[in-house]
Amino acid sequence: MRYEAPTTVKGAVKLLAGKAGLARVLAGGTDLLVQMRTDRVAPDLIVDVKRIAGMRRIEAKAGGFRIGAAVSGAELGEHKGMRKAWPGVVEAACLIGSTQVQGRATLAGNLCNASPAADSVPALIAAGAAVVVVGPRGRRTVPVEQIPVGPGRTSLKRGELVEAILLPKRPPRSGDAYLRFIPRSEMDIAVVGAGVSLTLDRQGVCSAARVALGAVAERVIRVPEAEAALIGTKVDGEALERMAASCSAACRPIDDKRGTREFRIKVAGVLARRAAAIALKRARGK
Amino acid sequence: MPLDAKFDPATHHFRLVGTRPLRPDGYDKVVGRARFGADASAPGMLVGRILRSPHPHARIRAIDTARAAKLPGVKAIVTRDDFKDGDPSLKDVLVNVMARDKALYDGHAVAAVAATSASVARKALKLIRVDYEILPHVTDVDEAMKPGAPILHGDMRTENIEPAPKKASNVASRCEFGHGDPEQGFKQADVVIERRFKTEATHQGYIEPHACLASVGSDGQGELWVCTQGHYMVRNTCAALVGMDVSKLRVTASEIGGGFGGKTTVFIEPVALALSRKAGKPVKLVMSREEVFRASGPTSSASMTVKIGVTRHGRITGAHADIRFQGGAFAGSPIELGAMSAFACYDLEHVKAVGWDVVTNRPKQAAYRAPGAPMVAFAVESVLDELAHKIGMDPVELRLKNTAKEGTRSSYGPKYNRIGLAACLEAARRHPHYEAPLGPNQGRGIAAGFWFNFGGQTCVSLNVNIDGTVALAVGTPDIGGSRASMCMMAAEELGIEYDKVRAIVADTSSLGYNDISEGSRVTFSTGLATIAAARDAIGKLCARAAKIWGIAPEAVVWENGRARPAGPNAGDFAPLSLAEIAKTAAKTGGPIAGHHEVNADGAGVSFAVHLCDAEVDPETGRVTIKRYTVVQDAGKAIHPSYVEGQFQGGAAQGIGWALNEEYVYGRDGRLQNPGFLDYRIPVASDLPMIDTVIVEVPNPGHPYGVRGVGETSIVPPLAAIDKAKAGKKRR
Ligand SMILES: Cc1cc2nc3c(=O)[nH]c(=O)nc-3n(C[C@H](O)[C@H](O)[C@H](O)COP(=O)(O)OP(=O)(O)OC[C@H]3O[C@@H](n4cnc5c(N)ncnc54)[C@H](O)[C@@H]3O)c2cc1C
Repeated sequence: MRYEAPTTVKGAVKLLAGKAGLARVLAGGTDLLVQMRTDRVAPDLIVDVKRIAGMRRIEAKAGGFRIGAAVSGAELGEHKGMRKAWPGVVEAACLIGSTQVQGRATLAGNLCNASPAADSVPALIAAGAAVVVVGPRGRRTVPVEQIPVGPGRTSLKRGELVEAILLPKRPPRSGDAYLRFIPRSEMDIAVVGAGVSLTLDRQGVCSAARVALGAVAERVIRVPEAEAALIGTKVDGEALERMAASCSAACRPIDDKRGTREFRIKVAGVLARRAAAIALKRARGK
Repeated sequence: MPLDAKFDPATHHFRLVGTRPLRPDGYDKVVGRARFGADASAPGMLVGRILRSPHPHARIRAIDTARAAKLPGVKAIVTRDDFKDGDPSLKDVLVNVMARDKALYDGHAVAAVAATSASVARKALKLIRVDYEILPHVTDVDEAMKPGAPILHGDMRTENIEPAPKKASNVASRCEFGHGDPEQGFKQADVVIERRFKTEATHQGYIEPHACLASVGSDGQGELWVCTQGHYMVRNTCAALVGMDVSKLRVTASEIGGGFGGKTTVFIEPVALALSRKAGKPVKLVMSREEVFRASGPTSSASMTVKIGVTRHGRITGAHADIRFQGGAFAGSPIELGAMSAFACYDLEHVKAVGWDVVTNRPKQAAYRAPGAPMVAFAVESVLDELAHKIGMDPVELRLKNTAKEGTRSSYGPKYNRIGLAACLEAARRHPHYEAPLGPNQGRGIAAGFWFNFGGQTCVSLNVNIDGTVALAVGTPDIGGSRASMCMMAAEELGIEYDKVRAIVADTSSLGYNDISEGSRVTFSTGLATIAAARDAIGKLCARAAKIWGIAPEAVVWENGRARPAGPNAGDFAPLSLAEIAKTAAKTGGPIAGHHEVNADGAGVSFAVHLCDAEVDPETGRVTIKRYTVVQDAGKAIHPSYVEGQFQGGAAQGIGWALNEEYVYGRDGRLQNPGFLDYRIPVASDLPMIDTVIVEVPNPGHPYGVRGVGETSIVPPLAAIDKAKAGKKRR
């Protein structure tokens, strides 16, 4: 096994696109190292991206933010601008693991590990985030929801990596939130997760909404029917119930050691409703 | 050495007992200097690894190690052929350590290698070819009892049933305890309730995985450094399994990162010794967390039917339990302890508990804190709670009306001596928690629990040093702060300061045999032996003083750490301190030491009552424990902080068991959650501060009145939490 720590994105792409057998990007390593220890993956080449300066920064950009792919959860949690603009994304990232895990884990790693239960992904999708993908053929910008394609599988091609995550400018009167169900209070994997972001017009009517669910399908899903249930309403009890029902209807979960199908379907609606209520409060400036 | 009839620990003024000094092992543990199982190494050491069966049940047709043996760096490989049958009473232990004709559970050891590095060892395991014939499996206790279930052992015939069965089954034996005739009792009842319960297997969840370093020389002498609750047990068992003289194997117990009963047997130790003997080099073997879950000893899962009848006035007229435990692939689940403890809290005329010991394709269970009692108490206390509700009686009142007391004939046979259940029930009822208002979606549960406690073989040596300090050697690994308690008791007797006594856990060649640190026996029996050894030393110290003064030894008394002439010689000589006598020991007869060897009897039983408030999210079912109080009889708390720690620890483990901990087996018979991510023990933020009340009803079997406290605390939680979850108000 070869370990490389390039200092430029170009260098990283060159290594990843090279002839070495199985290559893996190493960000925080909180997924990758665990998988290597348990023999689930045995890479021939590891490309550590933490020495690439541009990937360690959070920058304000076009009213939104560009978060380098190697920025840790702890760094994100301390960023005032992000906390103010996208509290749902920050709270999702800061739910990952524990204080120790937070010091390492990245949003990009959470996304590229492609777990259907990844906590930050529903929040990112709800926020309308995109990623900058770099590869041998240059750069492209891809919506977050297009990266994971199935458990452990992404749409990234050989030699490609995620350079940064882009969060749009937060529209006025908007709020986002993320909630998950775990039996414990921390150090657990979501049985269900729900991210909601919504925008109100001056009359308090919902003009835009994005809803995403984790751990209820083979990848994190966006639920347009749930979004439609909110748009044009004052996000009242009735609208919330309709949105919850749409969420439950969109679920296609499995039964496993973490939860049953039935439980996931029911709780997805409950959490989406509660997350929407928090997002609404935030949109109203409370 | 029982409690002196004239001595009342409740009113006696102790100098040290009952205070809270720092534990002598605390500093090392905080700074990382303490050495645990995996912290030892030796020159030329090899790394051992074990190959485990991925199948829950399979015949092993052949094991081919030829390719692995050729890998550079591989120094030894052992399989079933390296472990010969010996002592028939250890047959199951041997087969569990290394599979013979069949792999009996997912994780069963089938081969092991010792190599120059972990990566070579790992590669070598991949080169070993095992030819398995996969057999049908069963992991559920009720399924295993059904006719037509896959049979684990073709020669297993259920013991203790008439007529003796001719066909093989997975039921190893039946047991029965009780007196009177429950059917008769149910006829006298106004309300009779019968319910069925199931509980899943849980793991002790100790943080430190099993680890050892074995070294056997070509002269046949061996050393073993190991993390265990009982190094004498390890010595005797390993010597028998690998064929060594007991005297040739010296076992040293490392510091221990938790055991809770799970480290009261051997798993990797005989394998490490066999590898070391074959390789001629020291071998270190450390289990991974996954191996700990798959192949150490979780507790039994249980299926139970409990029937209890009461009168309208709350008198229990009859009680019956039918209890089925699976204890993994071998006979020996704690079914007898479960059946014996089922109704031990109550004074009953008609009571019976029947138990069935069942084998399944799961790892061989090991003891887990009050083995067998928590699940049975869950069933019994739940039915009692329902009965209290039905007849409209306060649940504590119902228990008080039927409480066992001094002189009660217990449901398992013996008559109780002085016991503290009624005192605990009353203390629980007086506690502010009992009447505190509950919030929305909250409920309160209360349950009682019992544990036998144990005494056992104990040997202690106390050496008086030249400077007046004392070296205390005990043979019971310190699993809960016992060195602190031993130092306190020795210092109390000798009349010296706590920090003048240093306690160590001696290795097996330095001190006589000691039973395992189990059965909540250490503070009781090692404490009793320590007190006796101190008194033995005091006798010798007085004799030395008598010699110095030229008076009769009987004319010397020991007071406040000093020898003083008494009787006709009172006041003739200035008292001599322990340090003064020690200083001149060479001139008065040589070293001064106290000893005590005992098979301690009279471990007083301990009872507890727990109160729990839980809040349930009505939409998701998520449970939060809001408040928890443990009330338990300690007899006499030597070091109250460590007694409270035991109370809290048992409650924490019980909370985990009640809410989220569970062995999950897939249809394929494989363990689905062999790691702390999906085997969910509570994390700190899952628990409220657990409040404790120490009740002290002295145990007549101990000089200070001590009762064991380590296990009872895990008995009531399952029922208390379940009732709190059900949102039952107390009335
Ligand atoms: C104790 C513990 C608790 C955890 N709790 C949670 C939790 O609560 N919620 C949760 O969602 N997850 C949890 N996780 C999983 C993990 O911490 C998260 O998924 C984390 O965000 C992964 O980030 P990382 O930087 O450590 O990724 P890494 O392990 O470095 O990488 C993960 C995967 O993504 C790839 N990758 C990383 N960066 C890039 C990139 N820039 N471009 C392309 N591919 C890349 C890697 O090659 C690898 O395949 C937990 C893990 C542990 C060990």
